[in-house]
Amino acid sequence: MSSAGHGYAGAPLAGPNPGARSETWLWIAQRASAALLGLCVLVHLVTIIYAVRHGLSGEAILARTRGNGVALAFYMLYVLAIAVHAPIGLRTLCHEWLGWRSASLNWFIAALALALFAFGLRAGWAVFLAPV
Amino acid sequence: MKNDYRARNHPAWWAFLVHRLSGLALSLFLPFHFWALGQAFQGEARLDTLLRWTEQPLVKFAETGLVLLLAAHLTGGLRLLVLEFLPWRGWQKTLLAWAAGAALAAGLAFALVL
Amino acid sequence: MKMLHVSVWRGGAGGEYRSYEVPRQESQSVLDVVTYIQRNIDPTLSYRFACRVGMCGACAMTVNGVARWTCRTHVAKVVKDDAIQIAPLANFPVVKDLVTDMREFFDKWARARGQFVPCATRRDAFAQVAADSPGRVAANAGIECIGCGVCYASCDVVSWNPDYLGPAALNRAWTLVNDVRDGARRERLAAVAGDAGCHACHTHLSCSERCPKDITPTASIAGLKRAVAVAALKGEL
Repeated sequence: MSSAGHGYAGAPLAGPNPGARSETWLWIAQRASAALLGLCVLVHLVTIIYAVRHGLSGEAILARTRGNGVALAFYMLYVLAIAVHAPIGLRTLCHEWLGWRSASLNWFIAALALALFAFGLRAGWAVFLAPV
Repeated sequence: MKNDYRARNHPAWWAFLVHRLSGLALSLFLPFHFWALGQAFQGEARLDTLLRWTEQPLVKFAETGLVLLLAAHLTGGLRLLVLEFLPWRGWQKTLLAWAAGAALAAGLAFALVL
Repeated sequence: MKMLHVSVWRGGAGGEYRSYEVPRQESQSVLDVVTYIQRNIDPTLSYRFACRVGMCGACAMTVNGVARWTCRTHVAKVVKDDAIQIAPLANFPVVKDLVTDMREFFDKWARARGQFVPCATRRDAFAQVAADSPGRVAANAGIECIGCGVCYASCDVVSWNPDYLGPAALNRAWTLVNDVRDGARRERLAAVAGDAGCHACHTHLSCSERCPKDITPTASIAGLKRAVAVAALKGEL
């Protein structure tokens, strides 16, 4: 049975909702990355508080990361989650507080995500491969 | 007409503001963080130079602020995941208290061991 | 006689606050104050009310910055330094004084597919819905809404994104999503998805904080977010 025609006289019925699918997937990506970040940030915070107990030094930091495949894998996952999570959040902020809603925003956000991912990976490689 | 602060003055709205501003601040900090780690390509000595710079009181104060923001964004985010994904009714303020408490504890832990 | 200093919004969107002195009385509601001004000081003051006992939802206004039913708000509860400020509901276009245009608000109920779409005929038997079935319990939690607009006026996402369907319309959609007799679940989920729909909600909880019926639209909207996400994952959106 068709559901058209059930509105009261003169009311706009639900028409096509073009952004529905893409916005829903962005929401899913934002929440999935948030769940992953929940774990990553917890590990990060514990590491920070553990590390600063003895004072930070280049030697101490690199002793943990240099050639450490597990740390690198964790770090890459962390960077990926950030590169998904932060740009989507900033996109909403631009919508609501700056009124920036044009297609140019989506290009900007996509570029930001790629840049964060690349720059984050570079940083991960740096502490993995660091020379003495 | 639009709402002013009086309509917004309740705990969950303040939690939202903390979440949004901490998210913005952390996003702005990220490029500096990645840049600093990238300096490791130039060896241990270069990292030590950077770390000596961070020993100034003002920078240390800012670092504590960053840890607090990260902890607040984490606990505030976990709160949101619970509110969105678990069936709940009525206990959202208790949850908010836990989120705020945990974030403060993390910030304090960092400040004390620093 | 003790007097109450009342500041009331007069005019349309470009209006201004005007001051009135109203005798303070015991058990006085904010609606009593507005009515006193219209009957004794300025008969041109426009405002809306009907039942005066919290059943119709027509008398919602902004009292000291917060959206409320004026008939169920005692002056004693909101007065500060013998003064109160009364304005039309936020997020609604002002018609005149304290009267707002609610057309867009109710059009959004229609846009969120707030209409029940039956899928049985008169020849089918009555649907049996167990009172403790999960769907019925979820629908029950949101079904008492009388459309007063307090949640919509309190919602910042509505201010920031005028297309946002708002807490009341989405709460209505959620009660229908949980109605086993309804036949338009898929179309409804598509209608409430996205930037103008449930995913725009930030869980400010202002709607739930202010709802005079103690409904938590935020929980209903969260339910829609999950249902829409599941539909997207199944490729049904």
